[in-house]
Amino acid sequence: MKPKRRRLYFVAFGMLALGTAAVLILTALEENIVFFYSPTEVAEKAIAPGRNFRIGGLVEENSVKRHTDSMTTEFNITDLNHTTPVTYRGILPDLFREGQGVVAEGALGPDGVFRATEILAKHDENYMPPGVVEALKKSGRWQEDAAE
Amino acid sequence: MIPEIGHYALILALFAALIQGTLPLAGAQRADAAWMALARPAAGIQFIFILTAFLALMHAYVTSDFSVLNVVNNSHSAKPLLYKISGVWGNHEGSMVLWMLILSLFGCAVALFGGNLPPTLRARVLAVQGLIGTGFLLFMLFTSNPFERVFPAPLDGNDLNPLLQDPGLAFHPPFLYLGYVGFSMAFSFAIAALIEGRVDAAWARWVRPWTLVAWCSLTLGIALGSWWAYYELGWGGWWFWDPVENASFMPWLAGTALLHSATVAEKRDALKSWTILLAIITFSLSLIGTFLVRSGVLTSVHTFAQDPTRGLFILGLLIIAIGGSLVLYALRAPAMKAGGLFAPISREGSLVLNNLLLMTAAATVFLGTLYPLVLDAVGGGTVSVGPPYFTATFVPLMVPMIVLMAIAPMLAWKRGDLAGAFTRLRLAAAVVVVIALGTWYLKSEGPVLAVLGLALAGWLFTGTLIEFSGRLKLFRIGMRESLRRAAHLPRATYGMTIAHAGIAIVVAGITASSAWQTEKIQVLRPGETVEVAGYIFTFEGTQELQGPNYTIERGTFQVSRDGAPIARLFPERRFYPVQGRQTTEAAIYTTWFADLYAVIGDADGEDGRVTRLYHNPLVPWIWVGAVVMAMGGAVSLSDRRHRVGAPARRRAAAASARA
Repeated sequence: MKPKRRRLYFVAFGMLALGTAAVLILTALEENIVFFYSPTEVAEKAIAPGRNFRIGGLVEENSVKRHTDSMTTEFNITDLNHTTPVTYRGILPDLFREGQGVVAEGALGPDGVFRATEILAKHDENYMPPGVVEALKKSGRWQEDAAE
Repeated sequence: MIPEIGHYALILALFAALIQGTLPLAGAQRADAAWMALARPAAGIQFIFILTAFLALMHAYVTSDFSVLNVVNNSHSAKPLLYKISGVWGNHEGSMVLWMLILSLFGCAVALFGGNLPPTLRARVLAVQGLIGTGFLLFMLFTSNPFERVFPAPLDGNDLNPLLQDPGLAFHPPFLYLGYVGFSMAFSFAIAALIEGRVDAAWARWVRPWTLVAWCSLTLGIALGSWWAYYELGWGGWWFWDPVENASFMPWLAGTALLHSATVAEKRDALKSWTILLAIITFSLSLIGTFLVRSGVLTSVHTFAQDPTRGLFILGLLIIAIGGSLVLYALRAPAMKAGGLFAPISREGSLVLNNLLLMTAAATVFLGTLYPLVLDAVGGGTVSVGPPYFTATFVPLMVPMIVLMAIAPMLAWKRGDLAGAFTRLRLAAAVVVVIALGTWYLKSEGPVLAVLGLALAGWLFTGTLIEFSGRLKLFRIGMRESLRRAAHLPRATYGMTIAHAGIAIVVAGITASSAWQTEKIQVLRPGETVEVAGYIFTFEGTQELQGPNYTIERGTFQVSRDGAPIARLFPERRFYPVQGRQTTEAAIYTTWFADLYAVIGDADGEDGRVTRLYHNPLVPWIWVGAVVMAMGGAVSLSDRRHRVGAPARRRAAAASARA
């Protein structure tokens, strides 16, 4: 095998692998990007029901209700301008509390209620998900010292 | 007083690192033996100073010296001793000290054991290590001094994040750092070789053991982290494609590629400049991982630093290290002479394919991890890239990889016999058919991909065994002769066989646990039962207990199957009053073929509890497989030729030619 020929094979294989990867990446990114919205954006944009996205904000005070089966929790996520009603079935993360930041993933139902499939677990009570900060900044309610 | 000693030790270490990073480099350029000789003592002195700083910090933690800000923020007098010690690296500043300790330990090891290295190469390797150390010491002294005092000293500290107060996590960072920092050795050797302008088989033989040490540690570190996530986060999952997990996984993929290409460089004198590039990429990915985790651009339990100056500083280091090394590579690599020729179907050819697949996989993970950052930076909106992306891109790349892993070791160097390899793999093909049909029959409801995954695991495992028995000529030349051959096989061969078998075990565990996990979430009152995958869980209620620095709510489950009791499970919810935080401790009973996994949640206001129960098939195999892989690496590391090194070059080459 001549070095030139070998290099040709090498390059051909490389291109093939890269091409495959590019196709995989593009299709996968297309399908699996999850957008992040604040309640204000949810209210303003017409997001199609069933489209998967994340919503972030604060759990509104006095909004958490547990269903009789205890498995389903209803609460509102707010950025202090708008609120979005959310339902979630499952065990809530240890740090889920009223007045705390929260990020939920799921989709809107036809009734405008956000059906969360996942409430993202957070590890620190002082920690504000960057998305929530973003959402609060967008609504003009962000205070720098509130992060401390 | 002791914290000040630690602080001074860090400053002195900086000067030692500066000397180690500059004078030997200039000395090697000017062929000045005296300047080159400075490298070894400087490396030793640097290590001693950093060890002093590390011990000083540990002393502050163990004695709960709350006049040190770092201790105040991350420790508490009531914390158990193990977590006082692990608290040293459970925070940003302390983890940087650990990082430096390991870096200087590696430098010191080269100084001690590098006696048979050519003096210029040794001086340059140590100098590059010194320069890396200089960068990180500057970073520590300017932006994250662990010994900062606070006045007046508070009465008690703020405690360590309770999630991190766990034996699995106490040892996770040291292993991970051994891996990350270990790749700095391959990097330093690569840069030194580029400056020298030559790479030969002996060079590759020096690089391989360091890479192996790093690879084994990183494998164990990742496995420990994933095990921790599995039992501590209480979600029944063991890998979340979290950016921080990806940050450790990318160097692992690149490091695996590096191990294999270094073999080609060592045995066949080919792929030399590619090996150098891989060494640079691997360490760069380790640095990028550090940047991602430490800079606060991604947020997770690992992210300590939220201070933007730290992020900028690390970014600067990153640009200098990665940019500089790649420029050097671009300038010098074309001068490297290409070595041994080989046909596309040969061991070299298949290792090239292995490298391409691994690096492509690393690239897809890289893109998925950084895409949200890039999109956010250009104002494209806030997005997250979820696990489906990684599954969709990563899995298709790993399928050919595993098929190849069984075939490649059977191909000869230079020119391989593909038909012959397939003939030898008949048995493996039969195993594939049996497993596929068996799985399909037993678990017809599962996804088709799961059948493929288990079949692949069987293919790889059987293929690896066939290859190994082929080396022994098992059943062809009589048992005694085979045993004699077994005794004379190089340890590196054993290492490869063990590590590949480990991968097969991991693949089986990953496939089965992701395809056939059973999850049941419900409210249970004491006395109620629920059935999970054939096991009956009876909830017996909860009780309150007191831990060393937390209170416990402990639930009790009696698990039985077909009327026979199997186990009692005690999942806990712990409350840490100092930080006012709650953690979930899953209760796990393992049969080694499956885990029974129980978590309790909130009370329903009466006597019921939200409970989450899982049946996770083959999950323990993931960690068993990872440990087997690391063992394979360790066995390979014990190979004689790594210890004999350069003086025995010709004899070792002759031995490997015979093998």
